[in-house]
Formats: sequence, C-alpha cells, structure tokens
Amino acid sequence: MENDFISQLSLILPPSRILTRSVELAAYESDGLTAFRTRPLAVVVPETTDEVIAIVRLCHELKLPFVARGSGTSLSGGSLPIAEGIVIALNRLNRILKLDPAQRIAVVEPGVVNTQVTTAAAPFGLHYAPDPSSQSICTIGGNVAFNSGGAHCLKYGMTANHILGIKAVLGTGEVVEWGGGSRERLGPDWCGLFTGNEGLFGIALEITLQLLPKAECFHTVLAGYRTLEQAGDAVSAVIASGLLPGAIEIMDALALEAAKAAVHAEYPLGCEAVLIVELEGPREVVAIEREKLDATLAASAPVEMRPARDAEERLAIWKGRKSAFSAVGRLSPDFIVQDGVVPRRRLGEALRRIAEMSQETGLRVANVFHAGDGNLHPLILFDGREEGALHRAEELAGRILRMCTEMGGSITGEHGIGVEKREFLPNMFTPDEIDCMQRLRAAFDPLGIANPGKMFPGKEAPALSHVGLHPLEKAGVISRD
Amino acid sequence: MITPSSLPELRDAVLSAPRVIAVGAETKPRLSAVDAVKIFMRQLSGITEYEPSEFTFTALAGTPVKEIIAALAEKGQYLPFDPMLVEAGSTIGGVVASGLSGPGRFRYGGVRDFILGVRFVDGMGRLLRLGGKVVKNAAGFDVPKFLVGSLGRFGVIGEVTFKVFPMRESTLTLQMRFEVERMAHIANSRFEADALDVLPGGETMLVRLAGPGKALEVLAKEIGGEVIDNAIWDEIRETRWNFKSDHTPDQIGDFKAAHVSCGGNVAFSNTPPLRGMALRGDSPLWIGDRPRFVIETAVKQALDPQNRFPTLDD
Repeated sequence: MENDFISQLSLILPPSRILTRSVELAAYESDGLTAFRTRPLAVVVPETTDEVIAIVRLCHELKLPFVARGSGTSLSGGSLPIAEGIVIALNRLNRILKLDPAQRIAVVEPGVVNTQVTTAAAPFGLHYAPDPSSQSICTIGGNVAFNSGGAHCLKYGMTANHILGIKAVLGTGEVVEWGGGSRERLGPDWCGLFTGNEGLFGIALEITLQLLPKAECFHTVLAGYRTLEQAGDAVSAVIASGLLPGAIEIMDALALEAAKAAVHAEYPLGCEAVLIVELEGPREVVAIEREKLDATLAASAPVEMRPARDAEERLAIWKGRKSAFSAVGRLSPDFIVQDGVVPRRRLGEALRRIAEMSQETGLRVANVFHAGDGNLHPLILFDGREEGALHRAEELAGRILRMCTEMGGSITGEHGIGVEKREFLPNMFTPDEIDCMQRLRAAFDPLGIANPGKMFPGKEAPALSHVGLHPLEKAGVISRD
Repeated sequence: MITPSSLPELRDAVLSAPRVIAVGAETKPRLSAVDAVKIFMRQLSGITEYEPSEFTFTALAGTPVKEIIAALAEKGQYLPFDPMLVEAGSTIGGVVASGLSGPGRFRYGGVRDFILGVRFVDGMGRLLRLGGKVVKNAAGFDVPKFLVGSLGRFGVIGEVTFKVFPMRESTLTLQMRFEVERMAHIANSRFEADALDVLPGGETMLVRLAGPGKALEVLAKEIGGEVIDNAIWDEIRETRWNFKSDHTPDQIGDFKAAHVSCGGNVAFSNTPPLRGMALRGDSPLWIGDRPRFVIETAVKQALDPQNRFPTLDD
C-alpha cells in the first residue's frame, strides 16, 4: 500500500515534492500544540490548485487520510498529522490572485500569510480585518479552516465574516465554488458552513476576502488596575457607555511580567491587570468618542492611564499584547493555552475561579484575553520534565473549559476544537447535535479521510487522552514533548 | 392550520405531515410558495433572553422583528444589518431563512454576520441547538450561518441568537448625484459610510453616516450633497420589489430599473435580473443559473433524509 501510494503520487508531483525521509518529516510532526506529535507517512508539497485537487482525489481513491497544513500554527492541534496518512503542505500556494481596490476584495490561495493581504492592500488604503496573534506567519487557508479570530472580533467579527467566496476541493473530490466578489449571497450560506470546518470538509483552494478601508484614526489607551476585577469592571463600564471599541483586551500580572521580559514593554507599576481599549474611525468621530472613553476609564479607578500619543506608542502597546503568548514561554518551559468563552458579565467571576483553581493545583496561570468578547486565554504554565505535570495542567485546562460551558459560554472562541478539545465537545452539544454534525461531515467526506481525529470525540483516530498515556504512546507510535 | 406555540410543538408539527414548510408573516411569499403543508410560526413568538451587557438576544423564530427592534432600542442597541419589511410584519425566523439584509449591511455585514446560534428542527424531527449564545464561538460547524438564506429547505428554525451593537448617537443622510466613481470613492474612504444606495433611475445616490452628530456634520460637508430626512431608509427597508440579485459594483448593468443597495452589491428590481431570486410574484424562485453542486444533495440528505422539507428547486 505504502509504495503504491508513493508511486501514484509521483504521477502528480516530482519526487522532490514528496517527502518521506524522517529528517524531512520531522518539521511537520506537530503544530502550535507542541504537546502532540505524530509522524505522517509522507508530506506532499503541491504548488498549484490542480495538484491539490489531484492529490485529494487520489487520497479518495486510495482511502488515504490527509491533513492540510499551512504554517502549522494551530493551537488546538488542528493540523496534527495522522500516522497512517499524508500531510498536504500548502505554503507554496501563496499567490494573491487578485486585488481589486475598487470592489475592496482580494482573491488569495490558501498558503498566503494573513498579514500579506493587508500589506498588499495597504497602498489602496484598505486592510484585511481578522488579526490573529500569529498573523505574521499563519495562512489564510488555516484561518478559513478554523474561523480564526483576533483582537478586533467584537466590532468586525471573525474570519467567517470576511469570506465572500470559496473554491474548495471536498473530501469527496468534488470541486465547488461558492459566492464570489459580492458581499451579498443567494441561497444558503455555503461559505459560512465551510469556514471553521477544521479541515473536515476539504481544502479551500481560492478564497475571496472582503477588504475594509483602513481606519483613519486610532485612540488606544492602556490602563493599569490594582486588581483584575477592577479591570473587568472597567470593561463593563466601557460596554455600558454605548461605545463600540475596535478592541478591548486584558493582560494579568504574570502576562505583563512575560511581556516586559520579552519585548521590554513597560507597564504601570503595582498593577495586577492592564486593560487595552482601542477606538477607531474618522478623526472627527474618534475626537468625540475618545472623551467619552477617557472619562469612563478615569471613573473606573485606574492606577494609571496611558493613551498612546502617536502611532509608535500604539504599536508598542500592541506589540506587548501580541507577544504575550510567546513571551510566557520565557517564564516556563511548557504551557497550555486555553480558549474558552464566558458571557462578558461573568468575566470577573471566571477569573476569580481560575485564580482559585491555580492555587489549588499549584500551577501558575497567566491570563491574556479578549475581554470585549469574553474570550479567555488562560496560559497554564508547567514543566513537562516534572512527573505528571502535563497531566495536572491538562486537568486544570479541562476544569476551566467545563466552567466556561457551565457559565453558558463556549469551549473555544477562536482556536477551534482540533485534537485538544474534542473530548469536551459533548459538554456543549447533545448526542443528537453531535450526530447532526457528523452527518454533515459524512456528506462532505464520506470516507472520513479529511483531517480525521479532529473535532469529534471517540475512537476515530489515535490521539492522546487527557488521562495518562495513550496505548499508542506506550507502543511508541505517538509521543508528546 | 398548524400553529405551534412551543419548540416541542414545532417538532411535532414537522413530523405531522410528509412535506412541510415554515412560514412567518409571508412578507416574501414566493420563498415559501411550494407544495407543502404550511407551519405557521406566528404563535412561536417572544424574546427568550436579552442581555444588553452581552450584546446578544435570543428570540423564538416567529417573533416580529419590530418587537425586537423596540426591545433593543429601549436599551440603546440595534441590529446593524437593518432588517427589511419590519413594518410589514417580518419575523426574525423569516429574516434568517430569507437571508434578506437591509441597507445597513454595508457597514458591518448582513444577517449572516450577526447570527450566533440557532435551535432548529431537522428533517428527522430532532430539535437541535448549534452555534452558541456568546458573541464569539468557534465550536462545531457553523450551521447557523448555513441556515441564513436556506429558505426552510434544510430545517425549520425555532429560535435564534443574535449579536447586536450599541446604537449610534445619530444618523445623517446625504443625497447626491450618482456616479460610479463617486460611489467607489465614498465606499473606500475614511468616512466609514453606514449605508450607500442608489435610487431607481440611477441618478441619485444616498449616503448614510452614523456616529456623534457633531462629527457627522463635518464629514457631511466634506462629502457634499444635500442633507435629507432619514425617513427615506424606512421606505427602502419596506421594499416592494419582486426580485433580489447579488452583484459586484462593476456588474450592475442597469441602475435605472432597480434599487441598488450596499454600495452596488445588491439590487432589487421588478424586472427579472439575469441571475437572482424572486421574493414575490409567480415567477420561478431562481432566476438564471443557480450554482449546483453534488454536495448540496448530500447536505440535504444529511439534514433531511426523507425530504420532509422541499428542496431548493421545488
């Protein structure tokens, strides 16, 4: 079987783009969720959409599982390879096929990096709104597969809200084209259904993105608070003021410590939390709204308020925020990032409970989150070399996720379920609801070859359990860091 | 007459006949003019949850949009996609099933961009909740978005959760001569226009601005044109046109016989467009070519294996 598929792949791709040697495969064994690692049978590197279509059709014919991969930044293990399947690396499909400033759209291949779209659109005064923290390396194909978010979701939504058209090859081998350049649609929203499919429906080949005029003016304020709860209350006050900020973010003391060390960011002293609020719009509008924001924040008892005085100071504020994840890496050899959502009004309560859980388990938790969306990102710090530490960290992560669903929120705001949270899907959905989604998945991919083992709990494919060693780990088939 | 007044009754209603279609206020009658037993949704009405601090509400599908708009306004919030046919009585379920957005979709997007979650009955009579109730959620497949524009052909919507925004301090409407370049210029400008429509005849363009009143006055001066009464948008929302079509601004062939909305992305007309959908009248539902893929049949099978609901082509 193995030689058979390699020889058939050779009819589609030159040997130099079919990687099978272990040294070549090593780089693809895991993604942003480094605790999981699997070696695929092969990695193929197509350069055209026709090659991707041919590969997927061959996989269909051979019942060979495949995992599409962009830059491998998934934090939920969404692009974790399958031991008995191949990885389709899409980075070379990195062309911006069209950029039409008059209609404010871009048509891109899946391997185009998120920020490249905004860079290409910038000369026309336009930008691509979704801005996940990994935007300088993550690809649009991955953003579509996982409906990626970012810091500006409250006002502008997630990736799905900016997808106007998709050409894709499905798990059946069918090639579809939905939508196009228009902002309006007729009939069911196929692009909406496809976005966030976590690679279980197929592979996006060409994606039409909506571009927006770049905001003329920003007003970014960083405010420090004695307690996390005060920062949370300030968020409520901003929401109640009737303003619609582009972003509302909070970093806690541990995250601040990390950002200071990593990018030499400076924050007000003696603060347990820092709040970042950003307004944007035409200068005349921002001039009026900033007074309201500044007054609202001033009334929320901050230790210090630091409005960015120029573009440079604004960028410095965002640099500190966006580096927080990787910065936490300096505080601890290992960490798990969680992505739960709680109703915004229960943020304070959620943070208190996370702090209590942190104390109970003796594991440090840093919090960096999209406060305006109620989207928490607790970073659970641990040392993987310590006996049972990963297990304890995963248990704590599980408790946090259960808390989120109990509060009426979600187990994932923007990272997706992937491999990491699949056991928690039943916390959000009934067996009938999961069955409905599985039926949809089977419609797109009846053989179950498109990214199997993601999203759905159960026996479909090997993955690591949250409790103890997986049998395949014991057998040495899969391993963690 | 089948008039469920609770979600369990809706489930029973779906199973009560071999072929059913849900109808709200029938403000877009062509969409549900099919050979099927009608399930009247008007009794399944009411806002079930509204948390202004969360920017979300949940309402049963038969709730009149007018009622929702009033409840939101009381708390200083609104539905940015500008639902249509509100005075005519449209229901929130009908808004979702029809996928019809008003002029305000220009700024922040359409129905699909504000729907967060849905409870619906599939063709097997199962009451399912997909999506979520919080403003941000990436768990599971986005069936709520798929149901936008699905015309009741894949399931009956029982309850929906939407994201809302704080209402802007004021709005201001400018009327000016339409020119393609002028429209493109305003659409791509720093002004962040809230709506951008062209009136039938193709000579007059409307620009709506929203935000603090003092700022809008300054922006209006720079844009030019004549300030007119905002009430014109109410008329536009109560659309009397028979056909809807999707476009890109450069594709709009005939600005004369149509109301063009959303900066040239949508048109409403009484003459059949080259490609579009009929909202009223007895013409075919789909005008021109509708893209058809095998996956459509497969998804229909997945959600409605016995074709308890009509297909998109019925």
